Amino acid sequence: MHWLAKPATERSTQVFIGVLTAALVAVCLLNLLLPAGHPLHVSTYMVTLLGKYLCYALLAVAVDLVWGYLGILSLGHGAFFALGGYAMGMYLMRQIGDRGTYGHPVLPDFMVFLNWESLPWYWHGFDMAWFAFLMVLLAPGLLALVFGFLAFRSRVTGVYLSIITQALTFALMLAFFRNEMGFGGNNGLTDFKELLGFPLSADSTRLGLFVASGVALGLGYWLCRAIVSSKLGRVCVASRDAEARTRFLGYRVDRVQLFVFVISAMIAGVAGALYVPQVGIINPSEFSPLFSIEIVVWVALGGRATLYGAVIGAILVNYAKTVFTGVMPDAWLFALGGLFVVATVVLPQGLAGLLAKFKRTGPAASAKEVKEATA
Amino acid sequence: MNPLRTINFILLFWCFVTLAPSVFAQQTGSAEQEVPPELAALGADSYAAKGEAIQALVASGHPRTRTWLTALLDGKLQRLEDSGRFVIVTENRGRDWTVIDAVDDAPLGEVSRRNIDRITINNALRNQLRSAMAILDLDAPSERERLASADRLLGEVDANLAEPLAARLEAEESPAVREKLAQALAIHRLQSGDSEAISDAIDTLSGSLNPAVRAALNGVAAGEGDAAEAAQQALASIEQKLKLNRAAETLYFGLSLGSVLVLAAIGLAITFGVMGVINMAHGELIMLGAYTTWMMQQLLPGQPGLALILSIPAGFLVAVFAGIIIERSVIRFLKGRPLETLLATFGVSLILQQLVRTLISPLNRTVVTPEWMSGSLVINEALSLTLNRLYVLGFALVVFAGIMLVMRKTRLGLEVRAVTQNRAMARSMGIRATRVDIMTFALGSGVAGLAGVALSQLTNVGPNLGQSYIIDSFMVVVFGGVGNLWGTLVAGMSLGVINQVIEPWAGAVLAKIIVLVFIILFIQKRPRGLFPQKGRAAEG
Repeated sequence: MHWLAKPATERSTQVFIGVLTAALVAVCLLNLLLPAGHPLHVSTYMVTLLGKYLCYALLAVAVDLVWGYLGILSLGHGAFFALGGYAMGMYLMRQIGDRGTYGHPVLPDFMVFLNWESLPWYWHGFDMAWFAFLMVLLAPGLLALVFGFLAFRSRVTGVYLSIITQALTFALMLAFFRNEMGFGGNNGLTDFKELLGFPLSADSTRLGLFVASGVALGLGYWLCRAIVSSKLGRVCVASRDAEARTRFLGYRVDRVQLFVFVISAMIAGVAGALYVPQVGIINPSEFSPLFSIEIVVWVALGGRATLYGAVIGAILVNYAKTVFTGVMPDAWLFALGGLFVVATVVLPQGLAGLLAKFKRTGPAASAKEVKEATA
Repeated sequence: MNPLRTINFILLFWCFVTLAPSVFAQQTGSAEQEVPPELAALGADSYAAKGEAIQALVASGHPRTRTWLTALLDGKLQRLEDSGRFVIVTENRGRDWTVIDAVDDAPLGEVSRRNIDRITINNALRNQLRSAMAILDLDAPSERERLASADRLLGEVDANLAEPLAARLEAEESPAVREKLAQALAIHRLQSGDSEAISDAIDTLSGSLNPAVRAALNGVAAGEGDAAEAAQQALASIEQKLKLNRAAETLYFGLSLGSVLVLAAIGLAITFGVMGVINMAHGELIMLGAYTTWMMQQLLPGQPGLALILSIPAGFLVAVFAGIIIERSVIRFLKGRPLETLLATFGVSLILQQLVRTLISPLNRTVVTPEWMSGSLVINEALSLTLNRLYVLGFALVVFAGIMLVMRKTRLGLEVRAVTQNRAMARSMGIRATRVDIMTFALGSGVAGLAGVALSQLTNVGPNLGQSYIIDSFMVVVFGGVGNLWGTLVAGMSLGVINQVIEPWAGAVLAKIIVLVFIILFIQKRPRGLFPQKGRAAEG
């Protein structure tokens, strides 16, 4: 397991994990110890909001893994995120039991409403936590496996792949909007009560979910770091920069791409699964192409191929979104649109690149790689 | 008694008694009424007498026959209680009704409804009236009206009507109307019970697509004997014809959808295929074209047709202008970085959408369809083609042909192809590549504007108009093969038809999903599309 331990020796990982841990501990302490009126008190609402950002950050790390290091611009990662979310949502739905509006012991409310007789076969097993959590990994993983297998074997890359992934998530969105699919259609899954026996409305559960998101982000970051700094990671970067040349050197580029793509999809699924209990709803809008492409802009703004840049980008953009939609909702799309343009035209290496420019050390090398890779 | 009423009374009396009203012809006006005997007879007491009066009226050929019969059928032919004057009620709400004179349409003001007596009819008379009016309509001067009334007679012919109709059939000149009348009579004869007449009738009816004919034949086919068998055969052949027509209709709708896809995708095929630039804001350029149409109609109220025609150049120019701005401000900085171009233009698309929402409205705007574009082209009873879709189909083909001409025959096209194939070499030959980039992008954007003008006639014009087409258009370009305009045409049309073929049994949403999945799988099999570029161009 040498490669898994390797990130511990990297300075950037040490700093990242350190900052993340400090932030988690600080938020917990400020939430628990300070009284509600104190200016430094972090409210439970804020904790949930931060937890949401952490889930987005994990999702951004997953996208950065495939885009930054593999050169695959996936415009459909929202689909994996949503699938993980739906797996979690189905578990939470089953946990409601007979406390729903219609009081049916097995069927979720929307199924009773639609006059379904019995649970569809794919809903079985989701009453067990271990099965649901397994599906959080397997559902996005399998989709990525099948899709990636077909795509990479045929050497569909570049813009083609981007557009196809977008079509994939678009098709899934249309499918999940259908009531006949058995995923609650338009309204999705909501009205969750408890997770593993903990009531979701309780402050302690919310704080727990926040910490869990933070830990997941740390672990995900660690895993991605371990992959990119291993020999496999070198092959990834090689295939990103010169795919044909890597293939001629004897590497099975398609297998490398498939492996990393599936891992990335699973990380996205975990992010979705942690996201759903915190926001309390999952519906087909998470599949919308706009959301998927938004993820990419988080990464682009933060800085491609740095991983920590993706985290910074995700948190910054979503914080901005929260502020904008609260203060002047109309301006948000202008700001987001402008962000897309600025991130690509003015800041091709993102904020991380800007940081590196000041420091002239560390990530500068990888940022330079990015510039060359995209040419 | 006021003198006017006295005069009226006397007049009416004279009418009834002498039946020689022409004597008073010069004196009649709105104040007095000279009742023609045919109309007077309708005022008879018994229903039987009224029935005879209707026949007599139809036979007389009086010019106002139709007006009276319609009014009678609607219960609006009435008589003033005191004078006995025949009037037509035009407004029967409230206590006082507005009436006009039944003979010369002179307005008589409002009369209390208590002072008016309705000329009553029963169901038998109602039927008689309807058939009588149908026959009357068959005398209409225009063939179109005659055809319409003959069409109404299908399945409505009864014993009373059969004879005059047969006479009418002899006199009819237009073959289309003759055919309809023969069918109407044949449907009647199906019920006659005479086996020869029935088999004759079935012969006449076989091949007709009218639902009334099918219903009548179904009635016979349900029975037994030779007639039923003959009817079944006729029905089978009709069914066959119907299937063909349905297939033709599906094909038409498919081609129509395809033409929309081609229009939306062809501009993309130029920028993406020829220049290699991913323009995610392409959909919003389409939207701008559609909004230009709306603006033009606002500027020229009451002239939607003229506005639409003017919007074709206007939409083109607006989109070209927007395209040049996008190219100069964003895309030129991202040369050779397709993924970044994709992201940046996506940002532009968000800005444009929000701009429309803020400046105009987040709600959909209605664009009026001019008269010459609404309605449909009727091929036969089972198949009619809506005109607006037909126009858009034609427009798409014209635009496609235009683009092909520009690319193949003009200097710009030559330069574009040269820069596409080998930028460095083209530049060293003296082609200004930057200028070609701008021109190409402007052309692609302009075509998007044209697509928007066309789309405004088919769908709602709203800020999300472009977004809903962008994925589809990319699919078309990718499916057809990047850099190949013919591929775009074939791919767009075939995707449209495939979608329409799947839709009846899968539903609209599922059809779309199936098509998307199909393309995703297709791309795995043939990553370069239907018509891949060959040779050196493929490497770029």
